[in-house]
Amino acid sequence: MSARLPVGGRLIDRNFPQRFTFNGRHMLGYSGDTLASALLANDQMLMGRSFKYHRPRGVVGSGAEEPNALLTIGTGPSTEPNQRATQTELFDGLTSRSQNHWPSLEFDIGILNNYAARLLPAGFYYKTFIHPRAAWKHVFEPIIRQSAGLGPAPQQRDGDVYEQAYAFCDVLVVGGGIAGLQAALSAATAGATVILLEQSPHWGGRAPVDGDVIDGNPAIDWINATVTALLAMPNATLRLRTGAVGVYDHGYILAAERLNDHAPSPDQPRQRLWRIRAGRTITAAGAIERGLSFAGNDIPGVMLASALRDYVVNYAVSAGDRTVIVTNNDDAYLTAIALHRAGLSVPAVIDARVDVTGDLPQQAGALGIRILAGRGVAKVKGSRRVTGVEVCLAAGEGTVLETIECDCIAMSGGHSPVVHLYSHCGGKVMWDEAASMFRPDTARPPTGADGAAMVLAAGASNGYLTAAEALPDAAAAGAKAAAEMGHKGQTAKTAKADARNDGAILPIWIMPQAASITARAKMWLDYQSDVKVSDVQLAAREGYESVEHTKRYTTLGMATDQGKLSNINGLAVLSQALHKDIPSVGTTTFRPPYTPVTFGTLAGEARGDIFQPLRRTPMHHLHEGQSAYFEPVGLWRRPYCFPRLGENHGQAVIREVKNTRTNVGLLDASTLGKIIVKGPDAGKFLDMLYTGVMSSLPIGKCRYGLMCNEQGFLSDDGVVARLSEDTFLCHTTSGGADRIHAWMEDWLQCEWWDWRVYTANVTEQYAQIAVVGPKARDVLQALGGMDVSKDALPFMGWSEGTLGGFPVRIYRISFSGELSYEIAVPAGHGAALWAALAQAGEGHGMMPYGTEALHVLRAEKGFIMIGDETDGTVIPQDLNLGWAISKKKPDYLGKRGQMRTYLASDTRWKLAGFETLDGSVVPDGAYIIADGVNANGQRNTQGRVTSTYFSPTLGRGIAMGLIAGGLTRLGDVVEFNTIAGGTVKARVIDPVFYDKEGAKQDV
Amino acid sequence: MSNPAPASALNGAAFTGYANIREIGPLGMITLRAAPDVAGLAAAITAATGCAIPQMRDIETAGDRRAAWMSPDEYLLIMPHADVPAALDAIAKALSGQHHLALDVSDARAVFAIDGMAQSVLAKLSPTDFAALGPKEMRRTRLAQVPAAFWVEGAPATVICFRSVAQYVFDLLSHAAKEGTQI
Amino acid sequence: MLTLTCPYCGIRACETELSPGYEAHLKRFGPTSTDEEFEVYMFARKNPKGVHFERWRHTYGCGKWFLAARCTATLEVFGTYPAQVSQPPADIIAAIIKKRPDWKGYA
Repeated sequence: MSARLPVGGRLIDRNFPQRFTFNGRHMLGYSGDTLASALLANDQMLMGRSFKYHRPRGVVGSGAEEPNALLTIGTGPSTEPNQRATQTELFDGLTSRSQNHWPSLEFDIGILNNYAARLLPAGFYYKTFIHPRAAWKHVFEPIIRQSAGLGPAPQQRDGDVYEQAYAFCDVLVVGGGIAGLQAALSAATAGATVILLEQSPHWGGRAPVDGDVIDGNPAIDWINATVTALLAMPNATLRLRTGAVGVYDHGYILAAERLNDHAPSPDQPRQRLWRIRAGRTITAAGAIERGLSFAGNDIPGVMLASALRDYVVNYAVSAGDRTVIVTNNDDAYLTAIALHRAGLSVPAVIDARVDVTGDLPQQAGALGIRILAGRGVAKVKGSRRVTGVEVCLAAGEGTVLETIECDCIAMSGGHSPVVHLYSHCGGKVMWDEAASMFRPDTARPPTGADGAAMVLAAGASNGYLTAAEALPDAAAAGAKAAAEMGHKGQTAKTAKADARNDGAILPIWIMPQAASITARAKMWLDYQSDVKVSDVQLAAREGYESVEHTKRYTTLGMATDQGKLSNINGLAVLSQALHKDIPSVGTTTFRPPYTPVTFGTLAGEARGDIFQPLRRTPMHHLHEGQSAYFEPVGLWRRPYCFPRLGENHGQAVIREVKNTRTNVGLLDASTLGKIIVKGPDAGKFLDMLYTGVMSSLPIGKCRYGLMCNEQGFLSDDGVVARLSEDTFLCHTTSGGADRIHAWMEDWLQCEWWDWRVYTANVTEQYAQIAVVGPKARDVLQALGGMDVSKDALPFMGWSEGTLGGFPVRIYRISFSGELSYEIAVPAGHGAALWAALAQAGEGHGMMPYGTEALHVLRAEKGFIMIGDETDGTVIPQDLNLGWAISKKKPDYLGKRGQMRTYLASDTRWKLAGFETLDGSVVPDGAYIIADGVNANGQRNTQGRVTSTYFSPTLGRGIAMGLIAGGLTRLGDVVEFNTIAGGTVKARVIDPVFYDKEGAKQDV
Repeated sequence: MSNPAPASALNGAAFTGYANIREIGPLGMITLRAAPDVAGLAAAITAATGCAIPQMRDIETAGDRRAAWMSPDEYLLIMPHADVPAALDAIAKALSGQHHLALDVSDARAVFAIDGMAQSVLAKLSPTDFAALGPKEMRRTRLAQVPAAFWVEGAPATVICFRSVAQYVFDLLSHAAKEGTQI
Repeated sequence: MLTLTCPYCGIRACETELSPGYEAHLKRFGPTSTDEEFEVYMFARKNPKGVHFERWRHTYGCGKWFLAARCTATLEVFGTYPAQVSQPPADIIAAIIKKRPDWKGYA
């Protein structure tokens, strides 16, 4: 059993017990525990079930590499599934649940999959569930989804808050172990600005656990002194609990900081995403121990040797009383020695090497620990917990030589440098044959904006696994990074660690090397997604040669741990099966994130009210006071309609349209784009920008214009007013202001830079209010201050003055066909003017109207709307807008594009109006069907609807649309398809449904 | 009603955190576009603000008036709201006959003051390298998803954004300035 | 995520402060052009693996369009320069040749 030792534990504080629950059971741990160490202290080795076979699984590791101990932490809105217990700091009140089992962790029906494991080999899903197709959706997928999976997604909205922050530095150091500390010290001493990140709550990494001696003292003394020195340096920033998750182009690094995971506080951000720009990044992320592939290596109680050592030294937790060590290298002997010193039993070290000569084995031997050289594990005994191990020859087929009783097995297959961050942005790795590991290839680094290496590896993550090698490597990396950023100040002292004489590692990927198929089918490579040695070998026999394909076929390394433990062992097995060497098989691609990041952290502040910017007009709060129903128009919110008590939206729109046609309506048109164009060449410039002629527009007048892109397609429209000889005001669509302003600046800056024109986007300077309807003039006259008569201010004219005390500019333009005044006023007066107009209009039956009534009013007049009648494939000629295109101008943007034969063709679909024979409303998006079917068996079409509304004015459905032949088809009866599947008949008519002469707007 | 007082976007909204956020204004603002070598530019800027022509990225201050460099041919002039018409007249006079554009944009903007640890607030929202920020620099950048400009002057910082997103920016700044979250 | 230095205001801008404008140094062909010329202007793009010239706008900054020379394969930036030129300036060409001696030149 696993238990808390009576003394020791360098990271825990026994004065502060912490209560927590696991699957509803109450347990006690200490401040400083991880959830994994606390569970082990409560004899809870079993922490989960595997993904596919539902095998019982215990904790294997002690850090980011953990594949098994994934728990759901928290409840309700703070539920977070799939959290590694090994990296979860214990706090008082923590609740945790194990995953992927039913009805309970101890008794799980899904274990039946395990007994059928022979029937669930690699690629099983691909092979089995091909036919019948319907069965996949209705039978197989639901069953698989039910039985295979991790923690369920939270049901409630995430109750936590998050934030992001930006940081810049010369040198970013990832990893706060001794290599990271040394690299940071060297870089900062040279004068570079340095940020040092450590994912755990502690500095120093493994060195204190491994008993390293630095500068003649225990490592922790040097660690503490170095942290103190760095904290005192103004150019160094240190962050604990902050893990770098990805390296991106040009030295951009994302890191997740756990602010309150360990001390939940409802109002404070739980995590912070750091977006760091670093001149150079030093990855000092250490190395991860590999497991060994022997039969039963996934039985709870089989753990990484380094993890066992961590639990004993850091948390005073023993994973078992009797621990057998299985290894192919010297490092695992540190565990033997640590356990022995803690008073625990180490019955034997099973070492695959025949020659065991290093310092550490000698120390272990001197302690009386039995070393079985040249031996391997034939099989682990036990099911839900290790009960013993059968020993065989490492080089043999698995004949059992002896059986050793034990309740824990510490395995070590060597170490893999954490090369992820080096590789994320293109850095390559190389196979180090002697050390049996992939390490960064410094000849092929990831490069940055300057073309030079932007990531340097240091210490264990650079392949220098011992403290004695790692420290000088890290010092050199720190100094190099600083120098490359132009900092060549003082040189920091390089710490010196006691060297040790290690024997060589023996690369061993299957134990014993000639194991039977039965044994190989029980050798787990990827614990989380249940991939075994036999699966990878099967894939190789079936013809998979690429490691990337094998990964996807077998799911090796595709779980949430991204194969931190399994990838190297898996590709070594694959290379053996393919009779190739490891470098020629290569690794799979390392991709961010290094460890999973919760969505909330990536979203940061962008949720709820500030999910995205919401643009409000100066009258927004008044509309809210009138119970307006808003719709998004780009990022703007505009009133769709102003429903009155008892009205639905449709009824409100009908009322607003009728009232505007008979009395007077009030529209918030502030979102309309407004761009000032000024200069001696302004007229010439606008003549290029618009299809029509603007340079001839008289001062005081307005003219409608169309803008096209260079392909010739209609891009935007609006009314231009000439304010003075050299100044024009261009109105754009609500969504088009920024785009058109950028378009103007593009041509002025990049093509016609010698033209003397300045532009300014003044959209937000003005609130704009349209007073629309037969009684509009009466309302303005009631406010007083300006002559708004037809003579003084005729249709398509504008004038400036003081209306009801407000400084305004009034445009006589109409998007409704009615008498209409669009009044622009500085935005700070917008709400007051709106209120004044509403008051002045009371006696005239004035009502505000929204965007839907606006659309109906314009459709009744046959006015086009950018985005409805246009979709980026429509030219003005398609919309019968030839009258707005100058025939005389030699050039305008889009003219050449429109000259292309297929755009000039008569067969194009062109604008017409439609009235249904039965008076109904044509469905949005409906097509006009034609005879016959196309090559795909789909009905042929001859046009489509672009705008369709119920017209309150006419009392029937009206539509605008594009039809082959356009207005030459007047009188034809055509059929639109409907959502129900049938068709509706409509007659082709003129698209101006109301006041064809335009008399009403010109009064 | 004559000469009514203009309303600011948020009516002087305020938030108290480790840094305090206040909507200030409305301030008078003029956007001035002119080539840097145009005759009369220095006179125009001085007449409107009392400031010298600001150098690249700088904002010059003279009492309650400022002149900021916006781009190689654009300046932002800041002054009391009521002084804008007179300033526009002065600019028109100084640049008479020269190609330029001067417009009142006071109402297009919202302005916030950050009292306290402004850098911590802004570093959560803007990809700005504060170590590279000049002593009198006005940084044009983005705050989360919208364009903005700010300058830091000792403790308080001033943030300018578009009026329509004033509430969004106020909410962003408040979120970033929440008590106990300073970087 | 790239960083490009705006030649107009000197800011080392993050890509999130910029808007892309695709290939630089296109020659506009108007109504008097042939179909072939117009096709080249509208559609024919170099799309090289290696040295390329692009338009970027400092949208969340000074608002100016500028041009950048960079390697599309490694993302190395050779330089940025104002947009008011029809060919890459000599100092940019020199910077490219220094880093990419085999480069065949701008055509």
